[in-house]
Amino acid sequence: MIEIIRPGPLTTIQDLGRPGMAALGVGPSGAADRRSAALANRLVGNENTAACLETTYGGLSVRFTRLARVAVTGAPCPITRDGRDEAMNAPFTVHSGQTVTLGRPASGLRSYLAVRGGIGVEPVLGSRSTDVLSGVGPPALAAGTRLPIGADSASWATVEVAPVAPPPRGELELRVVPGPRDDWFTPETRELLTSARYTVTADSNRVGARLDGPALTWNRHEELPSEGTVTGAIQVPPSGLPVIFLADHPVTGGYPVLGVLVSDDIPVAAQATPGQSIRFRRYSVRR
Amino acid sequence: MKIRPCGDQAVLAELNGIDAVLGLYTALRHERPTGIVDLVPAARTLLVRFEPRVISPREVTFFLENTQPSPVDRQPENTVTIPVHYDGADLAEVAERIGTDVTGVIGLHTAADYVVAFGGFAPGFGYLTGLDPRLHLPRRAVPRTRVPVGSVAIAGEYAGVYPRSSPGGWHLLGRTGISLWGTERTPPALLTPGTRVRFEAT
Repeated sequence: MIEIIRPGPLTTIQDLGRPGMAALGVGPSGAADRRSAALANRLVGNENTAACLETTYGGLSVRFTRLARVAVTGAPCPITRDGRDEAMNAPFTVHSGQTVTLGRPASGLRSYLAVRGGIGVEPVLGSRSTDVLSGVGPPALAAGTRLPIGADSASWATVEVAPVAPPPRGELELRVVPGPRDDWFTPETRELLTSARYTVTADSNRVGARLDGPALTWNRHEELPSEGTVTGAIQVPPSGLPVIFLADHPVTGGYPVLGVLVSDDIPVAAQATPGQSIRFRRYSVRR
Repeated sequence: MKIRPCGDQAVLAELNGIDAVLGLYTALRHERPTGIVDLVPAARTLLVRFEPRVISPREVTFFLENTQPSPVDRQPENTVTIPVHYDGADLAEVAERIGTDVTGVIGLHTAADYVVAFGGFAPGFGYLTGLDPRLHLPRRAVPRTRVPVGSVAIAGEYAGVYPRSSPGGWHLLGRTGISLWGTERTPPALLTPGTRVRFEAT
């Protein structure tokens, strides 16, 4: 078992989410930064479908009631195991009764703690992910929650440390493919998206990264019938302040989507911290 | 059909209306190339998500443009009757706006045969077509921050029932105690596309 001593600001269980259920109104969910979650699983020799803990802005403290192999990836934070330092992006062994505590990340927002075997809670609609928007999946973790360790292990990993770059601290550059509703904006407004600087605001969450900056006004005065949306969509509500949809975004939306992030840049957006600035760069997809 | 780009893992097919959307959706549910991973039907569009390592946007577009729409799966044997206590916060206002009284609104709402067209707003929410055109009203100018679970509501050309408490901009006519969503059931949603629905005053 893993016992949560402190969850920090927000810790949830996440795996690859619930693709293919959008017609039922169930969103994709899953780890916001898929790349880091996948690395954490790989380091402890788990199947890529295994569930791990996604913790936001550090502060997580967990006690293990049995011997476990653990790895932490994503936003780099100080890690202690019963007061002794451990390293990011490298598996380590935790003995029964020991406590692992994550401090505040130096950059980035979300860190991933994987344990060999995965988090073994009962899946809901095929996934163990918590969807904070729809409420599907296990609740966010609270102090005292006890989690079983699962059996989603594969062959042992052969790496001892993964040399990955931490999430960048300064201005982020995100590549964006125009559309599907770029025709709701004048050419000048479209230009504004890629020339202006936007700042991530504090009311961002797993649903979306909310941005502050020059307003992107619509050139129409009609109602857009709700339509399906994707992770990475840059949706523009009537305020003109764009929102980047993350893992728990609504399945459909009634506001125009000006552009969509290149999928490789979604994990970067998911690590953007409040106050961090973003510039968008126009990108064309080979069709 | 117009195919709009939607990043590097999806395209948005824009069609003439809900019948065309559901025809294409039904055809793709029956047969589609490997690599198409999710379909989201909506009022005028079908979002098609794909795995770019398996299929290119060009192939997806070509397939969509060359797919014959299928007849929509109607499920006449699958009729759900939803008992409604008509005491909604907007009942009187709706009656006034369409020039009738509360009994008139209830009569129009219970007389129609509805069919679930698509979902998407929330797990278990179904957009029901078949609403009497006299009840077609735009969404409320200011949405409510909290609509109670089981609220029976209308907006535009659609009727619906809120499966859980949530923000919402529809006009509230009444409430039902019926459960619309449960992850322990298969399927978890009571109202799936094609289900016929009737409302009954209690």
